[in-house]
Amino acid sequence: MIGLNHYLAVGAILFTIGVLGIFLNRRNVILMLMAIELILLAVNINLVAFSAYLGDLTGQVMAMFVLTVAAAEAAIGLAILVIFFRRRGSIAVDDVNRMHG
Amino acid sequence: MIAAIAFYLFATLTIASAIAVIFARNPVHSVLWLIVAFFNAAGLMLLVGAEFIAMLVVIVYVGAVAVLFLFVVMMLDIDFASLRSGFTRNLPFGIIVALVLLAEIIIALSAWKSGPVLSSHVIPAAPTQNIVALGQLLYSRYLFAFEIAGLILLVAMIGAIVLTHRSRRDTRPQKVWKQIARRPEEAVKLADPGVGEGMKL
Repeated sequence: MIGLNHYLAVGAILFTIGVLGIFLNRRNVILMLMAIELILLAVNINLVAFSAYLGDLTGQVMAMFVLTVAAAEAAIGLAILVIFFRRRGSIAVDDVNRMHG
Repeated sequence: MIAAIAFYLFATLTIASAIAVIFARNPVHSVLWLIVAFFNAAGLMLLVGAEFIAMLVVIVYVGAVAVLFLFVVMMLDIDFASLRSGFTRNLPFGIIVALVLLAEIIIALSAWKSGPVLSSHVIPAAPTQNIVALGQLLYSRYLFAFEIAGLILLVAMIGAIVLTHRSRRDTRPQKVWKQIARRPEEAVKLADPGVGEGMKL
């Protein structure tokens, strides 16, 4: 039978893949944002699994709030990306130093 | 048995497509793999009975977030080949760090003793449906947090519009206020030119 630990393992692997994606694609902001979405998805899977195995709906409410924040973060992040691209003509972020002063 | 097969199918596909997201050469393919990952994660959530969250993941993540990513990837003219320059250099170290992180989490998971309630089966659902129970909880106990979430979305929407809005100088749009402010006495002129004279403009 599928236990809670199976779901937690899936969440852990997904989280690790997200962290690895941020680490590997350090120049590509779009892929970094996608990796952040993967991390938030892992968090959601964990919350929903705990909610189901504890018989407590609070976890699902929190998963909904995480989803809200993820959507807002993606919208703002992509908007910043678009104006950054308009200004610089590229999205390479490892040499961003405009705000050095 | 069917539940176990479905779980392993969804879990394997989620993880495989997540790996494909970060290793795909073409960012458009990355977004499409992300959509596959979201669908399978929604399936995982369906298996434990969280129907509302599963549908929300499909609607919000696939319908809004992934399409937003797709738009940005396709509309910006980005040279993605040059962005992958540090990829192979970071790869060995990154995989070591990821494996260490994964090992830590798995060790913590196995060391953690679940209580009797958390044994190995889903608590049988209450007689009310999932979405009914969630709605009752959301509109009573978590009402304040729910409205704050709506406010966050509003701020995000306004912020995205303000950030990306620009007034273009090279276009000649309709000037509505000029058209509204125009009166008949300044727009129409009666003229009565004599014979043999031209109109003077």
